[in-house]
Amino acid sequence: MICEADTLADPMATTTASTLQASLLELIRVTSTVLPEDVVSAVQKAKGVEAEGSNAAYALDVIDCNIGLAKQKSQPLCQDTGSILVYVHAPVGYDLVAFEEAFIAATKEATAKGYLRQNSVDSVTGHNSGDNVGPGTPDLHLHQWHRDYVEVKLMLKGGGCENVGAQYSLPHPDLGGRDLKGVENAILDCIHKAQGQGCGPGILGVCIGGDRASGYAESKHQLLRLMGDSNGDPVLGELEERIVAKANQSGIGPMGFGGTTTLLGCKIGKLNRVPASFFVTISYMCWAFRRQGITLTRGGEIGEWLY
Amino acid sequence: MPIQLTTPLTEDQVRSLKVGDTVELSGRLYTGRDAVHHRLHHGEKPPVDLKGQVIYHCGPVMVKVGDRYECRAAGPTTSSREEPYQWEVMRDHGIRGVIGKGGMGPKTLAGCKQYGCVYFHAIGGAAQVCAERITRVDGVDWMDLGSPEAVWHLWAEKFPLIVTIDAHGNSLHADVLASSKSKLDALKA
Repeated sequence: MICEADTLADPMATTTASTLQASLLELIRVTSTVLPEDVVSAVQKAKGVEAEGSNAAYALDVIDCNIGLAKQKSQPLCQDTGSILVYVHAPVGYDLVAFEEAFIAATKEATAKGYLRQNSVDSVTGHNSGDNVGPGTPDLHLHQWHRDYVEVKLMLKGGGCENVGAQYSLPHPDLGGRDLKGVENAILDCIHKAQGQGCGPGILGVCIGGDRASGYAESKHQLLRLMGDSNGDPVLGELEERIVAKANQSGIGPMGFGGTTTLLGCKIGKLNRVPASFFVTISYMCWAFRRQGITLTRGGEIGEWLY
Repeated sequence: MPIQLTTPLTEDQVRSLKVGDTVELSGRLYTGRDAVHHRLHHGEKPPVDLKGQVIYHCGPVMVKVGDRYECRAAGPTTSSREEPYQWEVMRDHGIRGVIGKGGMGPKTLAGCKQYGCVYFHAIGGAAQVCAERITRVDGVDWMDLGSPEAVWHLWAEKFPLIVTIDAHGNSLHADVLASSKSKLDALKA
């Protein structure tokens, strides 16, 4: 009986694996080529704000045009298809090893099809793996949960915006102490240093607290929130609004050309810290804010789209 | 109306441009980013004659179809990483233009003025708008660096750009850096 079950299970497993791989490939394609609706709305709202004929208005027009072209041609919004950040929640008992294998296969396929650029480079030899797979890439965050379905969220984060992220340790001689004023000044300092290099108008993910590693992880995790949502913590919600308002008075503007829209949004979370440390960690996301998500059916097909 | 220019560029053409000019650039563009500048800095001879040419800070998405390459996405990458090297490429190889995004710093600004070169800003992230204006891929060198870092020989038609560093010592980036500093200092908590 056991042998019979095994022979029966094999073709089933293969079918599921190829269905899962196809679903994940489609998730990668859509994430790379179609900007999520909440981000599109934010870009379009910003277009109305910039002065007619300004460089800022020109930049936003080109960005808007690019959003349409990428979707229409099913080609990457940005040639830097970035770090591949994957956040998975699965029921207890779900085979996450098989999931990882399917995601890696989908990543290779997406790279061959040109939905992803060859973005995995050996940091010592400079050798490009050519298929986006190598130590640390793609970056999968696998979790269990008590719901009965699998959720997969994907973020493609380009290097230009990743490079202008920053981590501050408070107190800081110029920025202040271990309080919300110090936090606010650290974030504003990061925005100033970034100028247009992170492909603004940007969206900030921020973590107050944690350690050097968890701070960056949580700052990116904040970017999974919807653009228009409200922070569950009213103190952090107010800080988010204040940061966006002040950033948009800085005159940095889209692409650093000058103008009104420096940030489209700011998402702030917090983690507990050890008494000795107080980090403020900022991940800057470019306007080409590529994140999407799906739920999977039991057969590995796409259930719902999440953004 | 944007100024129409075709590469290679002359010093006179380049010196006639000023910060804020919109330009549509046609003709040959060579991609060159981090690894290319690293090699040039260490004295390697460029694989093509760069005199009068324009270097594009870009790591495109290329897909080989049959025996030719298709350019699937080709927006600019952040230029500031080439700040230590760009002026040398102007001095040693006679480039007349650099295309990128995010701007460059004082060394590049001084190099543009001294050697007659400009910095053209493309719109970051707008890889499809840019790729539409790349009508052909005619070749590639230094593929050993990997596709995103290689020297791609692109052919552009009316590639849309804004001059943000000119050959007269002006930089939009230096201006915005200074003005935003004073505004944000006044807004400090």
